[in-house]
Amino acid sequence: MRVVLAEDLALLRDGLTRLLEAFEFEVVEAVDNGPALLPALIRHRPDVAVVDVRLPPTFTDEGLQAAIAARGQVPGLPVLVLSQHVEPLYARELLSDRNGGVGYLLKDRISNVAQFIDAVRRVADGGTAMDPEVVSQLLARREPLAGLTAREREVLGEMAEGRSNAAIAATLFITEKAVSKHINNIFTKLGMPPSDDDNRRVLAVLTYLNA
Amino acid sequence: METRSWARDGLRAVGGGAGTAGLAITNLLLVAVALVALVLIPVPFLGLALLPWVMTLVRKRADLERRLAARAGIAIARPYRPRPERALPGGWRRFRWIVTDPATWRDLAWLVPGAVVGLALGLLAVAVPLYGVEGISLLPLWLYLSVDWYGYGFFWPIENLPQALLSLPQGVLFLAIGLTAAPLLLRVNALFTRLFLAPTKAAELRLRVAQLTVTRADTVDAQAAELRRIERDLHDGAQARLVSLGMTIGLAEELLERDPAAARRLLIEAREVSSTALLELRNLVRGIHPPVLAERGLDGAVRALAMSLPMPIAVELDLPGRPETPVESAAYFAVAEALANVVRHSRAGSARVSIRYAGGLLALVVSDDGRGGADPSRGTGLRGIQRRLAAFDGTMTVSSPPGGPTVVMMELPCVLSSPKTSPSSGTA
Repeated sequence: MRVVLAEDLALLRDGLTRLLEAFEFEVVEAVDNGPALLPALIRHRPDVAVVDVRLPPTFTDEGLQAAIAARGQVPGLPVLVLSQHVEPLYARELLSDRNGGVGYLLKDRISNVAQFIDAVRRVADGGTAMDPEVVSQLLARREPLAGLTAREREVLGEMAEGRSNAAIAATLFITEKAVSKHINNIFTKLGMPPSDDDNRRVLAVLTYLNA
Repeated sequence: METRSWARDGLRAVGGGAGTAGLAITNLLLVAVALVALVLIPVPFLGLALLPWVMTLVRKRADLERRLAARAGIAIARPYRPRPERALPGGWRRFRWIVTDPATWRDLAWLVPGAVVGLALGLLAVAVPLYGVEGISLLPLWLYLSVDWYGYGFFWPIENLPQALLSLPQGVLFLAIGLTAAPLLLRVNALFTRLFLAPTKAAELRLRVAQLTVTRADTVDAQAAELRRIERDLHDGAQARLVSLGMTIGLAEELLERDPAAARRLLIEAREVSSTALLELRNLVRGIHPPVLAERGLDGAVRALAMSLPMPIAVELDLPGRPETPVESAAYFAVAEALANVVRHSRAGSARVSIRYAGGLLALVVSDDGRGGADPSRGTGLRGIQRRLAAFDGTMTVSSPPGGPTVVMMELPCVLSSPKTSPSSGTA
């Protein structure tokens, strides 16, 4: 799988490259600043982009802005955004085009290599990978989730992080059938009519990002 | 609509004129009392006590006049020096404080001319409209009483019916002039008052220096306390964890050959410790200067803050640009502290943050629908906000009646830089 990488710190850039290549990703370009990112994404159309939020020259949220702009031009371009801190605000902006293939993780998560690589693969496959910290901040809020049971909230949290039904079943020690029952209840309670569209998972996450 | 507000302002000013004239008479009483106090200064015990006491009365009278002037649209600051510590009633310190303050003598100097001008302008403000009313009501009175020596306006005495009829429009004219002039007369009186009762340039500077000294001391204290807190958090938290991390990895290195399973366990532990250290550093950074504030300014930071709190919070922002970084930071932490209070104490179901910029003033309002009863003199959080804002000449007022709602209003004078350039702030 082809990867475009954007990270301004050389130490982390080399580390990430080494790590991705160890898991048989091909880093086709690694940029170290914001302005170079968008053209690189458009040129290579990678299977997944791994992008730091804060990049030179302004050291604000250039990586995020470039990722959003790239997804504007190449709909559904898979982007995994890494950050030293996570804000639901940024997660909402990333997901606002209602396409999958989005991840937003704390840089800390890289240290758990297996989980990190799993997240990169999930995003490349068009899924989502939200940081547990964002998810827990969202679950702490009350209103749109008031109707959900404790178990449904747990399932929603796992789902928001981007896990599959099988993975959720394994984490919560319940059957996959139970998981899909919970998920259907959640969709009903959040007012999403049944459809084959897999993006309902994204929409469910978006529902509380927008709350 | 406009006519009504003109008439209301006029009538209010006429009332103010009556008040001004009445108060002017108390000036003369105060002059008499002050003279007695001055004469009695050499009398042992009595002298030191009497003059400060009289001057307190005079200052109250002057303060009242300043308030009236403020209502007429002329702001007059209090020029008095702060009371020294351990200034007991009847004591030497208190006496010296009163006597050496130039504002004391300017107050005394104002009493007589203030009385004359106040009386004259106040009576004029009342008399002209009253004369107008008289003209309007003259006709029935004249017809009824048929006095022949009496007149009005240009007709004196009134000799026939047309002249009596003409007194009505004249009365209306006088009333209109009176109502228009009354606010102006009060303003002139306020301007005259300002000549005496406003601080002189020197006094103004002295007040400003005193205020700056206090806020600077507060700021320096707060900064020092903040640095100590950061130092302690780093020392006890992240630093200690990194040391233990090094030890764990070192041990794993040793065990790698002999007991790979144990080495693996240690490495997992090391990874967890590194995550915790990062978490602590992140919280610390957020406490010093939230990254989202650096990245998105007040707008994004307050929205992000509102999203992270366990309560629906409506955010309304109208900012054409960004304030200077220190002001922005102070504004953010003030809002954050106010919201933290809402979450902690108010038992509110929802809250609202409104941030506006107009006329060189950044206005921050945090309100909730909670139980009220917040008191800045007791809460350290609210005091902290006050001190934080005072460093930038900002102010905070709290309205929180028991039963709620609580409204915290904060104002910060500042200038905004160029309009924001962030391309995506309205993606939702």
